[in-house]
Amino acid sequence: MSHTVTNVILAGLGGQGVIKASDILADAAVRAGFDVKKAEVHGMSQRGGSVTSDIRFGVKVLSPMIPRGEADFLVVLAPSEVEVTRPLLRPGGVLLAPDFVPEGELINKRSLNVALLGALSAYLDIPERIFLDAVRAALAERLHAANEQAFQQGRARAATSGAAALGKRQ
Amino acid sequence: MEKRLLSGDEAVALAARDTGIALGTGYPGTPSTEILEAFGALGGSAQWAPNEKVALEVGLGAAFGGGRALVTMKHVGLNVAADPLFTAAYTGVTGALVVVTADDPGMASSQNEQDNRRYAIAAGLPMLSPADPQEAYDYFFRAVELSERWSLPVLFRMTTRVCHSKALVTSRATPMTPRAPSFVRDIPGRVMVPAFARPAHRKLRAKLADMAAFGETSDLHTVTEGSRDLGIVTDGVCALHAAEASPGASFFKIGLVHPLPIERLRTFAAGVKRCQVIEEGDPVIADALRAAGIAVESKPEMFRFGELDVGRVRRILARDLSTEPPLPKGKPPELCAACPYHPVFAALRKLDCIVAGDIGCYTLGVMEPYRALDTCVAMGASIGVGLGLRHVLPADQARRVVSIIGDSTFIHSGVSGLMEMVYNPPKLGHVIIVLDNGITAMTGQQEHPGTGRTLEHEATGKISIEGLARAMGIDTTIIDPFANPAGFATLLAEKLAAPLLSLIVARRPCVLAAADIRGWEKAAEATRAAQACAGAACGAVPEDA
Repeated sequence: MSHTVTNVILAGLGGQGVIKASDILADAAVRAGFDVKKAEVHGMSQRGGSVTSDIRFGVKVLSPMIPRGEADFLVVLAPSEVEVTRPLLRPGGVLLAPDFVPEGELINKRSLNVALLGALSAYLDIPERIFLDAVRAALAERLHAANEQAFQQGRARAATSGAAALGKRQ
Repeated sequence: MEKRLLSGDEAVALAARDTGIALGTGYPGTPSTEILEAFGALGGSAQWAPNEKVALEVGLGAAFGGGRALVTMKHVGLNVAADPLFTAAYTGVTGALVVVTADDPGMASSQNEQDNRRYAIAAGLPMLSPADPQEAYDYFFRAVELSERWSLPVLFRMTTRVCHSKALVTSRATPMTPRAPSFVRDIPGRVMVPAFARPAHRKLRAKLADMAAFGETSDLHTVTEGSRDLGIVTDGVCALHAAEASPGASFFKIGLVHPLPIERLRTFAAGVKRCQVIEEGDPVIADALRAAGIAVESKPEMFRFGELDVGRVRRILARDLSTEPPLPKGKPPELCAACPYHPVFAALRKLDCIVAGDIGCYTLGVMEPYRALDTCVAMGASIGVGLGLRHVLPADQARRVVSIIGDSTFIHSGVSGLMEMVYNPPKLGHVIIVLDNGITAMTGQQEHPGTGRTLEHEATGKISIEGLARAMGIDTTIIDPFANPAGFATLLAEKLAAPLLSLIVARRPCVLAAADIRGWEKAAEATRAAQACAGAACGAVPEDA
């Protein structure tokens, strides 16, 4: 099963836009024609606690939760959450930590979630155009420019780091 | 039909619309809250009740009247609604009544992890158990059909991962035809005095026997032929974990968890070498099968605790009893930095109070730096527990006991605690603090009767917390603790020192909801003004006349 499903975990703290980013990723995967499931625990997310969201997509997804230690990608928005969530990643999986896209390069610091999605997008079999459609669909129009820029910045960084080519899944 | 990415809660809301639910009601509670919000947003008639018992009674009345009703709550809410539920099983319904219970195995956001499949057995009601949002949508239609066919309330058991997971959902092109409510008198059927209740109980058991026979052939259960070495009996989201953990096994996926299709399960178990039950929470299915003399393996006791996932199912199948790796320990939630309750907890700490707490954001007062909460048990329990402590503790401790309760929780079940306080006052009096932030904050800012706005934030009747307390003769003070922290601490110290029954309303809007509340209130005010104007024009008697 696992060879046909892509497992992504997004992690951070309440208020950082983890859930929003996971909604965008799930929507992009749907638009790209995949079966998609997404799981997270709500309720405490607005009180500053840890938040993680599991997104799984492929031809057919069964459980909504990623088996522990089997995430292909771990995208973390808060430095404090990197070590906490690392055990969720499979050996050889890709970690995208918050410093992957320097905050100073973003028009709006709050776009870090979308910037890291941009970086992630370079690894995934989802066309960039579809990803950007999902970003725009999820955000108010006044936020489009800053977030498209953030997305592109993340994507460019992943491309130049060369890791994306290695991590690309067939 | 177009496929849409929906949470289980949203799928139920969509199904409620598509099955012609005439009324949806409930009380907010994670993970069930979004059902009624989404149903309202889809144009359904959705409302919050003061508590789950009232919600169930309103739903029952709607179903007595021939309508289709939906009632939603979290698992512990069904404890509150259990009284009407058990007898509603005897009366049955004329329309349809679907009661959603959203269980929280693993306690992501709850005070216990009770398994509400037990309620189906105890009350003698059918229960459906969907695995994912698509099944939540499809099974909801079946729940309405079962409810109308057997004239019984139907329990709809979801869990956190069914409610809050999102998946693609295809909705039906043709909705069910709505019913036309109309009252038909049925005194022996609905007036549960003993003479009518005795035959009603027999009738219920006969319905259940009939429904069990239906289950023996129903497509609510799916059998997947696989390996003869391993057969897995499962329900709900566990079916998905199990299918992923052991794709080659034979499966019996139970859709109707009560009454169980015992004979079909007997045949299934007999056809495999090892028959393993994979279920979250209590061994409800395994116990029922073993009681029927069917040889099945139940999960080891260690898997009664917490939710299951693919990894834990693999362990169960491998009979691996080794210690599980701890879950990642992230940052726990805490009171918002600008929460108006900070000065309250600071004062409670400073005065070394013994704090009987309650359910809501303010339960987080137990965290550092305050650690200012000594009990938290159930909705509304702060008042009774505080009074009990006051009654038995020595004077130097008794006079430090305070009950703290939020506005929504106070409306839910704190009011009866006030009556107890007035009727059985402790010798040294008592102090209740109502933390009134103007919203049901913990579950994501829902309205309640104390806000004077409906589920959809429109103007309606408003319950005054201080008005209720004063009507009972309780010394009542209103203060903004955030604007006046020192004043709050002084006030609390004064009230603790006096042998009185007092209630302090600590009032300031939730920092997360304040802007929304201002907007809703502005619109609500405009509506109220327009209504008052129309009332005057038509010569209606003013309210204060």
